Amino acid sequence: MTTPFRVTTGRLAAPVTDDDHIRGPATAPVTLVEYGDYQCPYCGMAHPVTQELLRQRPNVVRFVYRHFPLTNVHPFAEVAAETAEAAGARQRFWQMHDWLFEHQDEFDPVHLAAGVEEVGLPVDEVVQEVNAHVYLDRIRRDFVSGARSGVNGTPTFFINGLRHEGGYSLPELLVAVDQAATVPA
Amino acid sequence: MTSLAGALRGQRAPDFSLPSGPDRHITLAQFHGAPVVLAFYPADWSPVCSDQMALYQAVMPEFTRYGATVLGISVDGVWCHRAFAEDRGISFPLLSDFEPKGEVARRYHSYRLPDGVAERALFVLDRDGYVAWSHIYPPHTNPGADGILHALEALTHERQAVV
Repeated sequence: MTTPFRVTTGRLAAPVTDDDHIRGPATAPVTLVEYGDYQCPYCGMAHPVTQELLRQRPNVVRFVYRHFPLTNVHPFAEVAAETAEAAGARQRFWQMHDWLFEHQDEFDPVHLAAGVEEVGLPVDEVVQEVNAHVYLDRIRRDFVSGARSGVNGTPTFFINGLRHEGGYSLPELLVAVDQAATVPA
Repeated sequence: MTSLAGALRGQRAPDFSLPSGPDRHITLAQFHGAPVVLAFYPADWSPVCSDQMALYQAVMPEFTRYGATVLGISVDGVWCHRAFAEDRGISFPLLSDFEPKGEVARRYHSYRLPDGVAERALFVLDRDGYVAWSHIYPPHTNPGADGILHALEALTHERQAVV
């Protein structure tokens, strides 16, 4: 009756693929994956940090963002993620992603529509796709891969497939990324 | 403590009946025939617990895919549970191990002294009510859902192997 098995806590269960949203060079020795929630204030704080990290280590890091919306606590998180995906379908994922993290208190329909327009997307089409939950499966897939990887809150980072246990201030992430870059693959 | 809770692995899970609300009780035996996840936790409202229970609510569609029922258990009273559940959007049952205090947690070797609260302990029961997997975590660690999902997955494979 006992089931012997190993709990593979701390490892990324779903490898990074071309379907992921990736920022930075494919040749970068370090892949930083974030599971995040657009309405989570801690993710909002981490956002400028990851941007600065990429700016300081342009050839070292590529950044991957996956959705982990805790909808029962953050009622607008899913709509925000769906909006980012609608932008992604139009090659504007990162522009929308940045706008969302920079306007976390403006996720009501009116402001969100203004953001969509600011990013240069067709508002009516995006709203229609979001209301039809066209991208919900993909968001759900991200979420499940996070749950299976041991994501217990947001943001959670993985560096080259291993869970980053430290903090996410710029100095801490720089140290972690530089360390990972020196480990032979 | 981990080893004590681990000692229940392969054993029949102790049955219990606990209040899930002001006028309602839930009995473990009523879930016979489907996997059950027991999530003991120290307290409503404390930051780590909140994240853990809110996370399980968000992961619920996955637990449901395995046909599993999730029961949260702490020594908090029913009114406290109700307010907490409403605040965090939690719709799965939160059970009150309130009187006699912590009695069920004790039977699962998951009562923390001298704090007088339940440990942060997870149990996955198979469809026959046996403990297939269990783990106790440090009180301030949110264990996430991966351990539970792996255990439920293993139960599915086991069953397929038998059929």
